[in-house]
Amino acid sequence: MSKPAIELKNISKTFGSTVANKNVNLTVERGEILSLLGENGSGKTTLMNMISGIYFPDEGQIFIDGEEVVIRSPKDAFDHKIGMIHQHFKLVDIFTAAENIVLGLKEEGRYNIKKVSARVAEISSKYGFEIDPDKKIYEMSVSEKQTVEIIKVLYRGANLLILDEPTAVLTPQETQKLFAVLRKMKEDGKSIIIITHKLHEVLAISDKVSVLRKGEYIGTVNTKDTNESELTEMMVGKKMSLNIDRTEPVDPVDRIIVKNLDCINREGVKTLDNVSFTARSGEILGIAGIAGSGQKELLEAIAGLQHVESGEIYYNNPKTGNTDNLRDKTPLQIRDLGVRLSFVPEDRLGMGLVGNMDIIDNMMLRSYRKGKSMFLERKAPKDLAENIIEQLEVVTPGPTTPVRRLSGGNVQKVLVGREIAASPTVLMAAYPVRGLDINSSYAIYNLLNEQKKKGVAVIFVGEDLDVLIELCDRIMVIGSGKVTGIVDGRTADKSEIGLLMTKTDGGVVNE
Amino acid sequence: MLATIASFINAAIIQGIPLLFGSVGEIITEKSGNLNLGIPGIMYMGGISGIIGGYLYEHYTEEPKAFLCVLISFLASLLGSALMSLIYSFLTVTLRANQNVTGLALTTFGVGVGNFFGGSLLSFFGESGSISLINTGLAYKTKLPFAGSLGLFGSTFLSFGFLAYLAVIIAIVVSFVLNKTRTGLNLRAVGENPATADAAGINVTKYKYVSTIVGGMIAGLGGLYFVMDYTAGAWTNDGFGDRGWLAIAIVIFALWRPKSAILSSFLFGGLYIICVYIPGLSSAAKELIKMLPYVVTIIVLVIASVRNKKENQPPQSLGLTYFREER
Repeated sequence: MSKPAIELKNISKTFGSTVANKNVNLTVERGEILSLLGENGSGKTTLMNMISGIYFPDEGQIFIDGEEVVIRSPKDAFDHKIGMIHQHFKLVDIFTAAENIVLGLKEEGRYNIKKVSARVAEISSKYGFEIDPDKKIYEMSVSEKQTVEIIKVLYRGANLLILDEPTAVLTPQETQKLFAVLRKMKEDGKSIIIITHKLHEVLAISDKVSVLRKGEYIGTVNTKDTNESELTEMMVGKKMSLNIDRTEPVDPVDRIIVKNLDCINREGVKTLDNVSFTARSGEILGIAGIAGSGQKELLEAIAGLQHVESGEIYYNNPKTGNTDNLRDKTPLQIRDLGVRLSFVPEDRLGMGLVGNMDIIDNMMLRSYRKGKSMFLERKAPKDLAENIIEQLEVVTPGPTTPVRRLSGGNVQKVLVGREIAASPTVLMAAYPVRGLDINSSYAIYNLLNEQKKKGVAVIFVGEDLDVLIELCDRIMVIGSGKVTGIVDGRTADKSEIGLLMTKTDGGVVNE
Repeated sequence: MLATIASFINAAIIQGIPLLFGSVGEIITEKSGNLNLGIPGIMYMGGISGIIGGYLYEHYTEEPKAFLCVLISFLASLLGSALMSLIYSFLTVTLRANQNVTGLALTTFGVGVGNFFGGSLLSFFGESGSISLINTGLAYKTKLPFAGSLGLFGSTFLSFGFLAYLAVIIAIVVSFVLNKTRTGLNLRAVGENPATADAAGINVTKYKYVSTIVGGMIAGLGGLYFVMDYTAGAWTNDGFGDRGWLAIAIVIFALWRPKSAILSSFLFGGLYIICVYIPGLSSAAKELIKMLPYVVTIIVLVIASVRNKKENQPPQSLGLTYFREER
C-alpha cells in the first residue's frame, strides 16, 4: 500500500482558553474523498486551516506522502500541493477570474494574463467546469465564484483539495455539477477533503467519513458501511430524533396579506416581482429559495425597511379588527398602528443586535421608548436578559457580556428571545438556524413552534429543505423574486421544491 | 495674451509637481490598504531633511559641487520621509493602531519637526538669518540646456529642474507596475482583500511596509521639490502650506490612477494659483477661489459614488488593519 496523501497525528490547537482541536488524527489516501463531519464549533474549519497554513498547530505532526512537514503559511501549503476552498470565498472582487487565479504566484517568465486564460480554459475542459476567465468576480454568481476558487487551487497544481462547506450556497442542481467535477478529480488521483453538515451529501460523495465533536476526534468510518443515524450519533454523541414536531394549526386567520408586491434595488433590478401570499395566524409559513432570490427584500418590505414599488401589504389587527395597509410605513409607524411585528434578520450582528453592547443593552434596543425619565431604566431589560439566558440556556458569563463574544447559536438565542418577548402577532425569521449546531437549531424550531401554538403568524425563511418540509405548514417557493409555487408542507416533496426553486417564471399554487 | 496663458500653464505645472509627488506616493500607499494621512507631514519631513542634508554639505565644504549638493540633499530627503513612513507602518501594520489617528499624528509631528529645524537650524551653527542654500537651490533649478532655444514651447514646458520630469516619470512607472506586473497585481490584492492575498501566499506585511515606505519617499520628494526648486533652497515656516492635503484630495480626484494624477495635479496646481492671474480680486475672493480644488474633489466623489462603478471605488480594505488569526 502506498503512503497516504496526508496524515495528521495528534494535532491540537487552542485559542486562549478555548480548545479548538484536541489530539486529532486523520488520514487521506490518493484518489479518495474524505468527509469531515461535525457540529458547528467542532473544530473542522480550524483543523483544515492548520493544513492550509492559516493557523499553526500547538502540537502534533503532519505527514505528506509519508514525510513529516511543517506548514507555517499558506505558501508552505501550496508548496506541498495543498489547496483550500474556503467557505467565504477568498477572491478580489474587482479582479477577473484569471487575475484571481494567478494571484500570488511566482511563475517563470513575464506576466501575461492571456497565457493564464488559456491554461484556465485547459483545466476547465479537463474537469468539466464552465467559466469565462475574463469575467470580473463581482459580476459572478456564487457558483461561478466557487468554480474560480477550485480552478485556482488546481492551477497551482494542488493534489489535496479541501472544500469547506462547498454546497451551502449551491442549488441542488449546482451541487450535482460540483460532485461530478469532484468525482473526475478523484479519478485523476487527487485527494479531497470535504467539510459538510449535510448527511445525505456525505453519503453521496465520500469514501470515508471522519467525525469531530467539540474539537475531539471521534473516529473514521467507511461510507459504504454507515448510515445517517450512525453518523448523527457520532456527531452529536447521543441519538437525536430527526423529527421536528408539527402541530395542526388552530383556527388560522389571515394575518398578513401581501398583494402584487414589486421591489426594485439600487441597480434597477427587480428584486420582488408580483409577489402575493397570505400568512395566517397559528401557522408557520416557510419560504424556500436559492439565497438572494428576494427573501431579504420581502421580509424587509413587510417590516417597513424596504421601499415598495407597487403592491399592498395588509395586516388584520386581531385587537381592533381593522385592516391596515403597512406599505411604505416606517417601522415606528407600523409599531404605532399597534402591529406587533417581530423580525429576526439574517444579519444578526449587523441588523439584529449590536455586537459591542451587552445583552441587557441589546434588550433595551427594542424597549428604549418605554422609559419615562431621561435616565435609563435598566431593571426590566436586565430581568428580561436574565430570563432569556435561563430559559433558552444561553451560554454566557453573564448578562453584561458583549454579544459579539458569544458563539453563533447563543447570539441567535438572544435575538430570538428578545423578539419573542415582545409577544408578537407576526414573527419573521430569516435563516434563524444558519451556522447553528443541531441542538441549537432544535431549540430554535421549538421556539417557533411555541409561537405558532400561541397563534402567532410565523414566517420562516430557511435553506435546508428537509427542515422546511418537516417544520412548516405551508411552503412558499420563490425564484428570482417571483413566487414559483406554494405547497403544503405535509405533502411536499423535496425534488418538487428544488425544481420550483430554480424556476424563474410564475408557477403553480398547489395547496 | 498667449504669453499670459503660457506663463499660467508653466506656473500650474510648477505648482502641480509637489502635488504629483504627494498623490502618486499616496496612491501606492493606499493601494496596499494603508490610508496614510501622514502624507502632509511626510512632505514637510522630505523638505526639511533635504534642507538639513544640503545645509550640512554646504556648511562644511569650501566649494560645494552641484552634483554632490543634489545627491546629498536628495538622499537625506528620502531618508527623512522613509523614517516617517516606517513609523506609520510599524504602528499600523505591526502594532495594528488606527490608521487615521496615526496618520494625523504624523502630520502634526512632521509639520512641527519641519518648522522646528527650519527655524533653528542656523542657530545651532551660530549663524543668524533664514536658511538659504544658494548652491543647492541653483543645482536643482538647472534647466535642460536647449530649453531656452525653443521659444514659448521651451519656456512653458521644458523650463523645469530635473525633479519635475522625475515626478512624471515616476507616475508613469508606478502606473505600469500597478497594472501590468505581478507585483502590482499582488499589491492591489493586498489593498482590496488582504485575507485573500494572504491565502494566496502573498506576504501582506511586507507589501504594506514596502509600498507605504516607497510611497512616503516619493511623497517626500514633493517637499524637496518645493524647498529646493520652487523656493530655490530657502525655507519659510509653514511655507509648504496645505499642499499635502491637496495631494490626498488628488488621489480621490484621480480615482487612484497614477496617470490621471499627472493631469489632475497640474489642474489642481492651476486652480491653486489662478487667483493671481485674475486681475482685481479682493482677498476674500482669492481665498474662495483657492477652495476650488476641494470643491472639485467633492464633486468627483459624488459622481463616482453615484455611478458606483466598482473599479472607481477606493481599495476595499482601505483604512482597515489586517490580522491573520483574528476570529
